[in-house]
Amino acid sequence: MDIHEYQAKEILAKFGVEVPKGALAYSPEQAAYRARELGGDQWIVKAQVHAGGRGLAGGVKICQTQDEIHDACDNMFGRKLVTHQTGPEGKDIYRVYVETTAQIEREIYLGFVLDRSSQRVMIVASSEGGMEIEEISSTRPESIVRSTVEPAVGLQEFQAREIAFELKVEPGLVQHMVRTLQGCYRAFLDFDATMVEVNPLAITTDKRVVALDAKMSFDDNALYRHPQISELRDKSQEDPRESRAADRGLSYVGLDGNIGCIVNGAGLAMATMDTIKLAGGDPANFLDIGGGASPERVAKAFGLVLSDKNVQAVLVNIFAGINRCDWVAEGVVLALKEQQIDIPVVVRLAGTNVEEGQKILAKSGLPIIRATTLMEAAERVVGAWQRDLSQGTRLRAAQ
Amino acid sequence: MSILIDRDSRVIVQGITGRMARFHTKDMLRYGTNVVAGVVPGKGGETVEGVPVHDTVKQAVAATGADTSLVFVPPPFAADSIMEAADSGVRYCVCITDGIPAQDMIQVKRYMYRYPREKRMVLTGPNCAGTISPGKALLGIMPGHIYLPGHVGIIGRSGTLGYEAAAQLKDNGIGVSTSVGIGGDPINGSSFKDILARFEQDDDTHVIAMIGEIGGPQESEAAEYIRDNISKPVVAYVAGLTAPKGRTMGHAGAIISAFGESASEKVEILSSVGVTVAENPAVIGDTIARVYKEAA
Repeated sequence: MDIHEYQAKEILAKFGVEVPKGALAYSPEQAAYRARELGGDQWIVKAQVHAGGRGLAGGVKICQTQDEIHDACDNMFGRKLVTHQTGPEGKDIYRVYVETTAQIEREIYLGFVLDRSSQRVMIVASSEGGMEIEEISSTRPESIVRSTVEPAVGLQEFQAREIAFELKVEPGLVQHMVRTLQGCYRAFLDFDATMVEVNPLAITTDKRVVALDAKMSFDDNALYRHPQISELRDKSQEDPRESRAADRGLSYVGLDGNIGCIVNGAGLAMATMDTIKLAGGDPANFLDIGGGASPERVAKAFGLVLSDKNVQAVLVNIFAGINRCDWVAEGVVLALKEQQIDIPVVVRLAGTNVEEGQKILAKSGLPIIRATTLMEAAERVVGAWQRDLSQGTRLRAAQ
Repeated sequence: MSILIDRDSRVIVQGITGRMARFHTKDMLRYGTNVVAGVVPGKGGETVEGVPVHDTVKQAVAATGADTSLVFVPPPFAADSIMEAADSGVRYCVCITDGIPAQDMIQVKRYMYRYPREKRMVLTGPNCAGTISPGKALLGIMPGHIYLPGHVGIIGRSGTLGYEAAAQLKDNGIGVSTSVGIGGDPINGSSFKDILARFEQDDDTHVIAMIGEIGGPQESEAAEYIRDNISKPVVAYVAGLTAPKGRTMGHAGAIISAFGESASEKVEILSSVGVTVAENPAVIGDTIARVYKEAA
């Protein structure tokens, strides 16, 4: 789960990381008013969306007067911000964060990630702050410093010091840098983050170490023990199809094709998408119905897949172990009857209770296309979709 | 002798009184797995499917001589259960539980390193379908009938895709020595590399099949290990050629975030060390069958 910049800064500040003075606003008037409250003679107005690359997309503006703040906000509110991370559909701007500005001497990159090779938390830092880490690692890889944290004792001061000296932080500021690193690590650990990124971490001309931007992501599997993090969820920043799926206990990722997929197991779901592509179609989604799926959950999965208007055919692919083919078949029949589905539906069942499942499909009298192997299923759904498409075209031509 | 489990494995089921655990305990007993005890704190003295339940793993081990454990405990308590097994003399543990926090797994891995190598428990999973040596023992949730006994060793991250591969092998009349699910989580007990090393030493295994997916460095690390250490033929399939970058595809670990983590990059890296790659999921069985016949 991702949170907004201002939320990440609030958390990090509690762990001793210095952040600029700032205030949240929901309207241009509020932004101008809050800037006056903050004081100073220059402010930065930042659109709060869950994506990087805001600056280049017009989501960040430096302003000298309250009129400028008002105008900047007018251009942001109610708009969708499109950055290279949001995809072409963009993300809605509902709130902006107004901050006082700082005089920057230099910018550092700081990231905390779960390193899957060492199976530990890794700190990634670079003297080339302000650029994205992908860009730093392709243009200035030698500037990157890495350090892994021993989980039994946590981040030690000497490690933080080593990083600070590697980054050539001046001696007088090393202790401040150590506090910043340890604060980020504690925040990462205490809230089960999967990523903390401060970019840039600025060293100011008045010799302070300040987090000018901050990003945090959290482990969905650990949210049960952090209700205060769950509170920060902003559904306006999520794909509505994926929010709906998550609320129903289904794992869904929306894609651009028109063949809907309903599968059990993440690996098989990906393999099914790959096979559809191979057969000449394009998958509309990734969907894992999980283990022990009831007929109702299968029917809900249909509802979800069909809420994507691009879907023109559906493939159900189940290899049941912990699942039961008869339950899945009942779910398919339920969905087809209740939801009046008039596009081709191909069902492939294998594993636990497969005979019972096939019987239920056969007895239903519904126009369900059956398949026994994965390849056959993919070829049939793509074939049915293409036939349907050409018939549709002929029908329209005849009218 | 098969790797990790055998007819003689004495198995305990942690969390045996849960609905799923009951169902699969029955299934494992039917398959012939030697399930000797269950462990649920506070439920010592009860029985499930005729299997006696104990309060602690140490009690269960003392009473039955158990050496293997299957963890069915819900995510908030699963890490604790794995560590309990590691501290009780269990040699091999499979964790089925899906949804364990990554930080908990970091703790588990660190905890297991307290023990010298010869006393250290082997863990596979979490978030996996388990391990099966067909005809000998089934430790997990897979449908046992889709596996024929034989000489192909399977290592897979995904449960159901592993079933798909086993069923395709069966259609080709080819059997499996052991199939090991290493699970779909970013921090897991054993990697491809760890299990490859065991199959290399196993006389019953003639060909090794790896079923990978997008995300993480383990397939690429395995490629390096295969180049330097594996003499047996290896076949691989990597799921997720159509997966977009930066999105988590169901498994917490299935997200492309760095170079070498996409399906096409993994295919390229594996091919470059001589691994035969099945081009699509429909031909996993045929590809393994071809390599198997060439090797025979």
